[in-house]
Amino acid sequence: MTAPTHADPHKAVDAYTAAQQAQDAAAGHGARSFRIWRGADGEGEFRDYTTEAIDGMVVLDAVHQIQSEQANDLAVRWNCKAGKCGSCSAEINGKPKLMCMTRLDELPKEEPVTIEPMRAFPHVRDLVTDVSWNFRVKPKITRFTPRPPDAPDGTWRIDQGDVDRVQEFRKCIECFLCQDVCHVLRDHHLHDEFIGPRFLVYAAALEMHPLDTADRTAQLKDAHGIGYCNITKCCTTVCPEHITITDNAIIPLKERVVDEFFDPLKALVRLVRGKKKD
Amino acid sequence: MSEYQTVEHDVLVIGAGGAGLRAAIEAASRGVKVGVVTKSLLGKAHTVMAEGGVAAAMGNVDDRDSWRVHFADTMRGGQYVNNWRMAELHAKEAPERVRELEKWGALFDRTKDGRILQRNFGGHRYPRLAHVGDRTGLEMIRTLQDHGIHEGMDVHMEYTVVTLLRDGERIAGALAYDRERGRFRVFRAKAVVLATGGIGRAYSITSNSWEYTGDGHALAYLAGAALQDMEFVQFHPTGMIWPPSVRGILVTEGVRGEGGVLRNRDGKRFMFDNVPDNYKPQTADNEEEGWRYTQGDKDARRPPELLTRDHVARMIVREVKEGRGSPHGGVYLDISWIKEKMPNAAEHIRKKLPSMYHQFMQLANIDITKEPMEIGPTTHYVMGGVRVNGDTQMSTVPGLFACGECAAGLHGANRLGGNSLSDLLVFGQRAGQHAAEFARANGDAKLDDAEIDAGAQLALAPFERSGGEGPYQVQESLQETMQSLVGIVRSEQEMQQALTELESLKQRAAKVSVPGNREYNPGWHTALDLRHLLIISEAIARCALDRKESRGGHFRDDYPDKDPAFATFNNVVRRGDDGAMSVTHEPIPPLPAELAAIIEEMKS
Repeated sequence: MTAPTHADPHKAVDAYTAAQQAQDAAAGHGARSFRIWRGADGEGEFRDYTTEAIDGMVVLDAVHQIQSEQANDLAVRWNCKAGKCGSCSAEINGKPKLMCMTRLDELPKEEPVTIEPMRAFPHVRDLVTDVSWNFRVKPKITRFTPRPPDAPDGTWRIDQGDVDRVQEFRKCIECFLCQDVCHVLRDHHLHDEFIGPRFLVYAAALEMHPLDTADRTAQLKDAHGIGYCNITKCCTTVCPEHITITDNAIIPLKERVVDEFFDPLKALVRLVRGKKKD
Repeated sequence: MSEYQTVEHDVLVIGAGGAGLRAAIEAASRGVKVGVVTKSLLGKAHTVMAEGGVAAAMGNVDDRDSWRVHFADTMRGGQYVNNWRMAELHAKEAPERVRELEKWGALFDRTKDGRILQRNFGGHRYPRLAHVGDRTGLEMIRTLQDHGIHEGMDVHMEYTVVTLLRDGERIAGALAYDRERGRFRVFRAKAVVLATGGIGRAYSITSNSWEYTGDGHALAYLAGAALQDMEFVQFHPTGMIWPPSVRGILVTEGVRGEGGVLRNRDGKRFMFDNVPDNYKPQTADNEEEGWRYTQGDKDARRPPELLTRDHVARMIVREVKEGRGSPHGGVYLDISWIKEKMPNAAEHIRKKLPSMYHQFMQLANIDITKEPMEIGPTTHYVMGGVRVNGDTQMSTVPGLFACGECAAGLHGANRLGGNSLSDLLVFGQRAGQHAAEFARANGDAKLDDAEIDAGAQLALAPFERSGGEGPYQVQESLQETMQSLVGIVRSEQEMQQALTELESLKQRAAKVSVPGNREYNPGWHTALDLRHLLIISEAIARCALDRKESRGGHFRDDYPDKDPAFATFNNVVRRGDDGAMSVTHEPIPPLPAELAAIIEEMKS
């Protein structure tokens, strides 16, 4: 590979750019080593890389630097690099994390940083997995169904408190780290029977939406397999948006299922009156 | 017959950010068969990064607001080279487009009486931005995504378009490849909507992700469409600058909307020093009045920190150049100071600006409720783009539409914050509608196998070569060239030098080789991006050279003033038969008397 031939005589022209470049020189440097999973379709191996780390660098920066300088074809999925799009999910030193929000200085310096693809999804190449299953699950959940508008101009009146209650769930960036860590999916591969924490959060956001009128309880129990969750809270632990997935989303949904289907009094009412809409 | 798999749609939408999804929803609702091609996964596009809000003159917070004020604000912000028809339609239709999102499940923050809350933002006279804390873009894209998946559209994720296909003059579809396996696929369509976003990756300091390589601009240009006003690039005044790895990441204007102030090294609020004449009547002349404005006092005028982005960015650069910058070459943005004004300030900041709090805590070890942020300008948005009809969004190529950031016109020389999210809703809807109508009115387009094969061959060329330079090195050189020579402050000599360097970069790009195979190979993708980046970089440099004045996002050291002679036309870029790029002037049609009267009335 030829070295970059770009000459920089004009650098001093733009003082702002120059000041920015001066920072790089001032930032602390040091070599760090990485063990990155390379391979395709589930076959592969760890490969070792060493690259210069500077102050404040995140794991994704290191991966990009290795990609640019040593391994042009190293596959990695990313977009915003600011923790907002949820594309760069991986397992860093064995823990599911976003590469763009994991600083190198939080990881032990003495040992190489290991970076692997998520395990709950089919492997594609290097750090990339096939997460398309998630996109097939979502349309199966009954869509948002608003009540009729409150005002003649077709708008609604909503209390800020009711908005705040569901905002936690709507923060989700769909990184699928919760799906990755969930043992029902990761270890038991019950992708056909269980929608996983991400979509339980999605269902909770719809169920608790102040305007929504649909009832998703029956589908949560049957088609979506909410009963498989045994509340180990692993999903909550890895959520980069700090959504309290288990306590605030899944448990209330489980309670609705219990209330509706396992409450003896309600069962009797149902028997007499016929089945509720679902 | 082409050897590649062919998929048929009536309308093909390229890009799945807010504009693309809104266009796809609209087209699908009109009963045509819609396909969406996206470089990334659904819901990951740059719309998620939009923080501050969506501008729509609903008047929920201040009933003096109306489409007329929004129109005048947009024209003033764009320094009157906007497509006035687009500015008019945008101001009139944005409120309905926002309310429609609520019908589809979006939850905006509320006023006390339960209506959609609106906040202040730079260049908007009244509180106008509907928002959800500082993650409005995520709320919008998720709403469009979750609604769209039930509307009957085929989404092709992680496909990259390598060339548009034509049938004579009209559009016929696109040739793309899937990232996972590297296989080509032909998308035949009666109409194509470009919604590919911006060009930020042509610069080294940018808030944009890898995707923003001017694909729509370059694909349209190569297909014979005209581009417009490419010199107008927005450098957002507040990007993170420290540590180096986060440089360029956006710090929302909402920080200033909530009372954040800019200070130089000496602690001085330098923005008070230089308020442009046309904004003086609306700008506070003391700190107290500015603070009252951010807290909703209707009698107060806005603080100078909320002047338009082009102006604020230049003032920051001036502070740094004149030696009054912060240690890492920026200035300070301080929201923590509001603790002098209110109890529970820390809690208030965390509630109003949750993502900013999180971003600085996690990436820079800075608690923004306690200390100031260091910030500097970052390449954020391109006002220029595909030249379109203001009503239909159709480009100069029949059947080829463009909307959102990749289309030109609405924002003129400078975009107001919040006008991007409303742009993508209003013109996404319009592009979708008119693309569907075009598809219904026109029969199937014929595909040209030779065109398809040529596109595929060109795309595979980096694998055919070996021992060439890597694509990342060429990309980096290009970014440095544009950053240094066609950046915030421009001059004749530097831009001439940039054109010379772009020529040599073209030579380097033509020799790039990539290792590995076609499956999920980012090196290959980067090599393909170079073609688009080189085209849009040249277009920016040529338009910027041609505009011998300073206006909006375009500032010339050698022509620091606005020249009225340049307010009468748009720069239009076309590809000649010989493949060379030309820039011509197209007169801006005269403003109708009604719109002219609105602008005059709002000047005071």
